[in-house]
Amino acid sequence: MTEQPIHLRIRRQDRPDTAPYWQEFAILGHSDHNIVSLLMALRENPVTISGERVDPIVWEHNCMEEVCGSCAMLINGVPRPSCSALVADLDQPIRLEPLPKFPVVRDLLVDRRRIDQGLKQVKAWIKIDGVWDTHEGAPRIGPDAWAADYLYSRCMSCGCCMAACPQFGPHSSFIGPAPLAQARLMNAHPTGRYDKTERLHAIMAEGGLSDCGNAQNCVRVCPKEIPLTTAIGELGRQTTVQLLKDLFGPR
Amino acid sequence: MSKPNVIVIGGGLGGLWATLRIADAGFPVTLFSLFEVKRSHSVCAQGGINAVLDTKGQHDSIRQHIIDTIKGGEYLANQPPVKSMCEDAPGLIRTFERMGVTFSRTPEGLLDQRLFGGVKNKRTCFAGASTGQQLLYGVDQQVRRLESEGKVVKHEWWEFLSLLLDSAGVCRGIVAMDLNSLEVRAFSADAVVVASGGMGQLYAPKSTTSTNSTGAAASRCYRQGAWMANAEFFQFHPTAMMGHDKNRLMSEAARGEGGRIWVPKTPGDRRPPKTIPEAERFYFLEEFFPAYGNTVARDEAARAIWTVTRQMGLGIGGDGGDRVYLDLTHLDAAFIGSRLGAILEIYRKFAGVDPMTEPMEIFPAAHYGMGGLWVDFERSADGGIQPESPRNHATNIPGLYACGECDYAYHGANRLGANSLLSASYSGRVAGEAVVSYLKGLASDRGPLSPEIPQAEVVRQQAINADLMQAEGADTPYLIQKELGALMTGKVGVVRSNPELESALGELQVLRERLSKARLGESSTWANQSLAFARQLGDMIELAGVVTRGALARDECRGAHYKPAFRIPIPEGRFAGDPEFEAYRDRWHANNAQWLKTTIAEHTEDGPRLSYREVDLSVYAPTEPRDYR
Ligand SMILES: Cc1cc2nc3c(=O)[nH]c(=O)nc-3n(C[C@H](O)[C@H](O)[C@H](O)COP(=O)(O)OP(=O)(O)OC[C@H]3O[C@@H](n4cnc5c(N)ncnc54)[C@H](O)[C@@H]3O)c2cc1C
Ligand code: SF4
Ligand code: SF4
Ligand code: FES
Repeated sequence: MTEQPIHLRIRRQDRPDTAPYWQEFAILGHSDHNIVSLLMALRENPVTISGERVDPIVWEHNCMEEVCGSCAMLINGVPRPSCSALVADLDQPIRLEPLPKFPVVRDLLVDRRRIDQGLKQVKAWIKIDGVWDTHEGAPRIGPDAWAADYLYSRCMSCGCCMAACPQFGPHSSFIGPAPLAQARLMNAHPTGRYDKTERLHAIMAEGGLSDCGNAQNCVRVCPKEIPLTTAIGELGRQTTVQLLKDLFGPR
Repeated sequence: MSKPNVIVIGGGLGGLWATLRIADAGFPVTLFSLFEVKRSHSVCAQGGINAVLDTKGQHDSIRQHIIDTIKGGEYLANQPPVKSMCEDAPGLIRTFERMGVTFSRTPEGLLDQRLFGGVKNKRTCFAGASTGQQLLYGVDQQVRRLESEGKVVKHEWWEFLSLLLDSAGVCRGIVAMDLNSLEVRAFSADAVVVASGGMGQLYAPKSTTSTNSTGAAASRCYRQGAWMANAEFFQFHPTAMMGHDKNRLMSEAARGEGGRIWVPKTPGDRRPPKTIPEAERFYFLEEFFPAYGNTVARDEAARAIWTVTRQMGLGIGGDGGDRVYLDLTHLDAAFIGSRLGAILEIYRKFAGVDPMTEPMEIFPAAHYGMGGLWVDFERSADGGIQPESPRNHATNIPGLYACGECDYAYHGANRLGANSLLSASYSGRVAGEAVVSYLKGLASDRGPLSPEIPQAEVVRQQAINADLMQAEGADTPYLIQKELGALMTGKVGVVRSNPELESALGELQVLRERLSKARLGESSTWANQSLAFARQLGDMIELAGVVTRGALARDECRGAHYKPAFRIPIPEGRFAGDPEFEAYRDRWHANNAQWLKTTIAEHTEDGPRLSYREVDLSVYAPTEPRDYR
């Protein structure tokens, strides 16, 4: 396979509080290069199209096989992990921008701690007594229930869904689709369901479920094909039931 | 005295388990990680985690798991920790299960198990083909829960740079760098646990590991006096797909579920694989190892591929023909989809080819460092390790513990597939328990660390940064790393020879000198990734020296370390009882008498000083050579 020049337009930003600017690069690569491997090649010799030597581009990556979730960015306007974005499938010039909605740290590196906060808000964990062995066999979970839950357990907190969601961002307190889907997962677990009420109350509060405008953008961009809107629909039904319980249930 | 506190370096499976155990016992933990812990390399593990549950009617036993582990590692692992790990594995799985890990199920709703390399029984629990991700999230969620209760503090985006050792040589904290502001700061602690993961990046890009698996943190401890053990043993995974940036793993599970490896019988056969008739295919693993076939142990499979491609010239693929086919196309699509979905997706996404319809092209890649920081254990009366002994997983530096892939325990000369998620989790828990005992035993009148020590260390680390930022040499660190990876892959790889290892040592010296004169290419004082990378690279070259030096000294073949010049071949067609086989066994014993020993490397200014230690063989004596035929 022969190498061909690949044309990149990269939005850069030196610090969180400085203005962004664009730079263009041409770099030799194969069509089976992905964006991470191109950026790695570029940092060996970061020279712009006009011949100016610049600082290597800053971005985040770890696994390079689309499972750690770290490398997400906006590629030709679409939020997606850059390691699984093959050059062959992209129109040139390839436009790279930091993942929107999250604060920029530098260049393509953003701070996604808000996802972590969301996970805390919805208590996305199973409350167990301690990490020792209780010598009890596992509860039975049928293959169908397993298959439905497994889909959600693959969310890698990449933030693409949040970046695409019109309701999520610095302008709003909306918790965003990914943590919501985790609430759905935890509520379905044989032990997790004990804390279902707490989780539902958390998403019935401000910034919760009702902020979702049902635009469906999230589900379209999720690289792991997580059925986010299905989760949101299920949670909608659960919260409705919870509301009735809160109103009429035993005190 | 205020409550003793602990620093854990690393938020993979090992570090998170240690954190849970220590925080559960009521001691505050500060957790350091290069990035959000959720992104740790542990998420990459696909295939599964071993535990004997014996749910498949195969009369599987814990004893057999112990023996498979010991033999898989060619007797180089201390046996008491192996025994305890295998005994505790079912309990660990149950605990993960309680945490909500979505393990795959049988039609009855019970935990499913599958076959993995080096083993004859179905013993591997899995969660689709994303087991590591699910296990890590299980503990990550628990740690987040403790964090929300104020029992754990996370310092993500901080890099550990060095240990703080008091005048008695006891570890009393660390110095770390904020990867955004580049602030260098000292943190005191009463005990430190390193769980910084593996060192696969020594072989980049021909490695399956994450870009952060540099081994730099372990190397830093080594430079400050911690021993490295068995560093020469480096596992090459037989089945990885090639990429510009890394080699992506095709899990052993693909073979465990029935995948077959083959090459065309005729060299240079260019026909599309599906059109090559059965009779013209060479299923070499099945021929070489009839008893295990495609699920033979990793080191054997990797060398068989090496033999078939490099020596017999049967490899496929244009460039040098170093690849072989991994074929799933004969298997039931729905079954394979539900059990291997995640890896099929990886192949589809990164190669643009569907492995359900076309055989995959794969070859061996650097995967797992068996060696690492030396750690101790205390043997119990029943031949395992003494629960909660402060000696377990303690390094030779008092107050410093190590767990997970960065320590050397459990695997010996070669790692059994699906045993390292187990060892990372188990060792994290054991290290956590040991630290708790250590803290309880600390003298209450132990004075604080004298403030000059952290002050001087911070200044020293800042000076290293300043030097690097000012250097104006010819190469960038990124180019030097490329050369390091090529050097290690070429000369310290699947097959080794003394002349090549000698020359590798010389070349490492050159790389070290070039790095000392390299230019970062940027001087920004905010989120300067080149700076962090250059620092790590120096530590990687140091570690590469330990790997190479250990390999040069070890004149034998054992597991993942293979020198053909010192091979003792099993006589073909001969088995126990045959005189030829018994003569072979005698030679094997004689070789063990010389080499069945743990390599210990100690840092000196002139390079590593090697010595050897006896292995604890008290559980299962080395009477049977490894034989996968
Ligand atoms: C592709 C692949 C597939 C695998 N599949 C399997 C499998 O199916 N079954 C199996 O048993 N094993 C498998 N393994 C091996 C297994 O995944 C690892 O051995 C294990 O996950 C290591 O866990 P760990 O906690 O030791 O380290 P890691 O998960 O690598 O975590 C290291 C942590 O240390 C932190 N760190 C490192 N350096 C520093 C520093 N200087 N300062 C601060 N923090 C630092 C990082 O931020 C990270 O949080 C696989 C490995 C690979 C490469
Ligand atoms: S469906 Fe809801 S969560 Fe998804 S993008 Fe639309 S508003 Fe956001
Ligand atoms: S739901 Fe999908 S897009 Fe959203 S964070 Fe998880 S993996 Fe990423
Ligand atoms: S590098 Fe991990 S998802 Fe892309």
